[in-house]
Amino acid sequence: MSDIRLRNVRKVYPGAAEATIPGLSLDIGAGELCVLVGPSGCGKSTLLRMVAGLEEVTDGEINIAGRQVNDLEPARRDISMVFQNYALYPHMTVHGNMAYGLKNRGMPKAEIAEKVGTAARMLGLADYLDRKPRQLSGGQRQRVAMGRAIVREPAAFLFDEPLSNLDAKLRVKTRVEIRDLQQRLGTTSIYVTHDQQEAMTLADTLVVMNAGRVEQIGPPMEIYARPASLFVAGFIGSPPMNVLAPGTGAALATAAGIERAAGHAVVGVRPEDLRAQPGGPLAVTVRVVERLGATANVHGVLDDGASEVIASLSGTDLPGPGEVMHLGVNPADLHLFDHASGQRLECAGA
Amino acid sequence: MARLVALEVHVLTKKVTFSHRWLPYLLVAPQIAITLVFFIWPASQALYQSVLRQDAFGLKTEYVGLANFAKLFNDPLYLQSFYTTITFSALVAGVSMAVALVLAVMADRVVRQATTYRTLLIWPYAVAPAVAGVLWWFLFNPTIGIAAYALDALGYDWNHYVDGGDAMTLIVVAASWRQVSYNFLFFLAGLQAIPKSLTEAAAIDGAGPLKRFVTIQLPLLSPTVFFLLVVNVVYAFFETFGVVHATTDGGPGQATTILVYKVWRDAFQGLNLGSSAAQSVVLMAIVIALTAIQFRFIERKVEY
Amino acid sequence: MVERRPLLLFIQHAVLIFGAAVFVFPIYLAFIASTHTAREVNSGLPLLPGGQMFDNYATVLGEGLSTAGAPPIGLMLMNSTIMALAITLGKLVISLLSSFAIVYFKFPFRVLAFWTIFITLMLPVEVRILPTYEVVAQLGMLNSYAGLSVPLIASATATFLFRQFFMTVPDELTEAARIDGAGPMKFFRDILVPLSRTNIAALFVILFIYGWNQYLWPLLVTTDESYYTIVMGIQRMVNAGEETPQWHLIMTTAILALVPPVVVILGMQRLFVRGLVEVEK
Repeated sequence: MSDIRLRNVRKVYPGAAEATIPGLSLDIGAGELCVLVGPSGCGKSTLLRMVAGLEEVTDGEINIAGRQVNDLEPARRDISMVFQNYALYPHMTVHGNMAYGLKNRGMPKAEIAEKVGTAARMLGLADYLDRKPRQLSGGQRQRVAMGRAIVREPAAFLFDEPLSNLDAKLRVKTRVEIRDLQQRLGTTSIYVTHDQQEAMTLADTLVVMNAGRVEQIGPPMEIYARPASLFVAGFIGSPPMNVLAPGTGAALATAAGIERAAGHAVVGVRPEDLRAQPGGPLAVTVRVVERLGATANVHGVLDDGASEVIASLSGTDLPGPGEVMHLGVNPADLHLFDHASGQRLECAGA
Repeated sequence: MARLVALEVHVLTKKVTFSHRWLPYLLVAPQIAITLVFFIWPASQALYQSVLRQDAFGLKTEYVGLANFAKLFNDPLYLQSFYTTITFSALVAGVSMAVALVLAVMADRVVRQATTYRTLLIWPYAVAPAVAGVLWWFLFNPTIGIAAYALDALGYDWNHYVDGGDAMTLIVVAASWRQVSYNFLFFLAGLQAIPKSLTEAAAIDGAGPLKRFVTIQLPLLSPTVFFLLVVNVVYAFFETFGVVHATTDGGPGQATTILVYKVWRDAFQGLNLGSSAAQSVVLMAIVIALTAIQFRFIERKVEY
Repeated sequence: MVERRPLLLFIQHAVLIFGAAVFVFPIYLAFIASTHTAREVNSGLPLLPGGQMFDNYATVLGEGLSTAGAPPIGLMLMNSTIMALAITLGKLVISLLSSFAIVYFKFPFRVLAFWTIFITLMLPVEVRILPTYEVVAQLGMLNSYAGLSVPLIASATATFLFRQFFMTVPDELTEAARIDGAGPMKFFRDILVPLSRTNIAALFVILFIYGWNQYLWPLLVTTDESYYTIVMGIQRMVNAGEETPQWHLIMTTAILALVPPVVVILGMQRLFVRGLVEVEK
């Protein structure tokens, strides 16, 4: 079991005007699964690839298991990586793919066979060892990529969007499998994704990144409950948090007894915190109703004409398009952010 | 084998590269060494010798500037050879492309048997130009050839030993025969690359087969046509030495003395070094010009 | 697509069959000639095979044409095979290596190396006949297998094809191999070359035909009959002085000269077509 520590890690691509990562520190505890999430281009993959040794570190320090690895070749960092497109060697069998890294390290054949066998059984690949990648389904290929990672028993797993090539159903299933496997093996892991749902469900620690910077670090539910900025609020949670027009937000906050909100705060409310309330403070003209089964997303415009809101409602008694419905919200569920900086204002609650 | 190849003008590497101090040099060394010794050095020798004159015994050489070139372009035999080569190339390119296009269009339309016909039509490409020459020569042999016999029956007295036109026809046929296969493959590939939905849309719009060919397929095939035109001209210019040497020997008279044949004969039989070198330099300029044309075409193809 | 034009269909097949027949005819005739005696060939060639096939081939392979001063065709066939294989394998090996260097390494003079290779496109043997001959002569490579093959194995075409292919190999594969502990040569041997198999095979067909069909080059560098290749040897037989050419034996030789490349092209048709179109793309 080993931890990963990043100290002021910077990345500037040669010739680039701005740093991709201007300086980032992060501690990942032993056995933890840390998810880096953010929109594309936020630097999360670059960060992961620096940990892997696939990108040079411009500045700062990366430690894996107490050892500074900045200048080590990827092969010598005691890590393994699962790539987005799996990067399986197309001309090698499943066995060959999993064994290649061990063979290059000079491990005896018998030991290789044993380790590959164990990993294959763990992943349900035992019957496919002689197949080539092209003879496997997408899910099986993904598992071979996993197998190649675990067979080496490294200090850390690095996952680079490993599920994005799977269809929606398989993605959910494999997500659970990855979590289960990682917990059983107890291997420290960094997992990169742009999918906030995947991030929420997998992470011990969630790192929300934006433009090369960390917006917020913490357990997923904490980030969900208390997003540190408007960016995080908009990125984590689906559908995203509603941001109300200044007048409407101020009125709502004042009604809830939050004085500071007037004027310089932005008020947000999560769709799932809105509820139908006859005579409630928010009058919404409904545009579209998306029925998801257990709940429905009601999209509409507030009577201020400027705020578009989504309410996630349960029940069958839903309005139709064009109708006006009234919504209410518990004051404790209002999120306040600074108008100028977008940072969270810690004074919510009546 | 055609020597014109598409490549991006920017010399790209991978984003992911290895770093090693001397390994890359070791890897390119064999290729570079052979290129320097057998390509670049001889070519620069030709350039050098083209501005020198050597006396008959090879004892004395003097710098003569562009005199060799001036002499060359005042030599009616050389100019005639130029003219012969251009006629020959135009005929080979024209005949082999026209025949190949007709066959490819037909083969493309009979979807199911296209592969069978392809098999029947591609293998002349494997036959060496020199062997092709000998085969057709046998066919057109004035005394025993079947084709000559048939022509005789039609009232034409074929004799390529005497008649320059007959000799030219013989080498054009032999050189084109093999090249039809090559052109056929490219036309067929080009036709098959045209999305079926386009011809289908045209059919729904009421266009018959001929109209569809003229308005849809031919315009979309134009990059292939242009590409093949260059390749065929290069082939006719530089790769048909064997056809000429094995059949007509440049004759009768000078009727089939193409440039490549002439440069060889002047070097090895005429032993005229300066002139031969100047001829080499002219040929080099022609290849470079053709390659440049090819590259302009590739840029267009990328846009297209 | 529904299109009922029986006449058009008929014409298509008629044109194709006629075309194929014209294509095959010269070779058919050569084969016929190779099965008859000289007298039969010279007195109006029959259109059906005769009974001399075995005799003709045995004569040509074993004795050659003593009158024409040509060695047995068996020897020429062997020379052609050696030359074609040496050119093919040589081109494949040095092209794989140099394109690997150019694509997978950043090093000073990389672009210069690339253009040096590129320039060979513009310098075919035909435009530098005499000076190249002189170089080969000075190196003492006349009348040798090395002289027949080595000067021809520099190949921009093959280098560019491999380069093009390497550029399409996903970077992640290289990264995965690096994480798996493979250095550059291990990556080349274990990953890159096996992945290039199809391209190698396709190029093999094209280069073998290129090598086998060389004519001008062997004509230049061989004066010793024991190094003659079959494609150039035929010409010697045809121009055998004042005598009437022995057409039945010449055609036997022609058949022998064209069978190996034709077999290769037909046996590996799919690879050949793919390779050819790729190379020229």
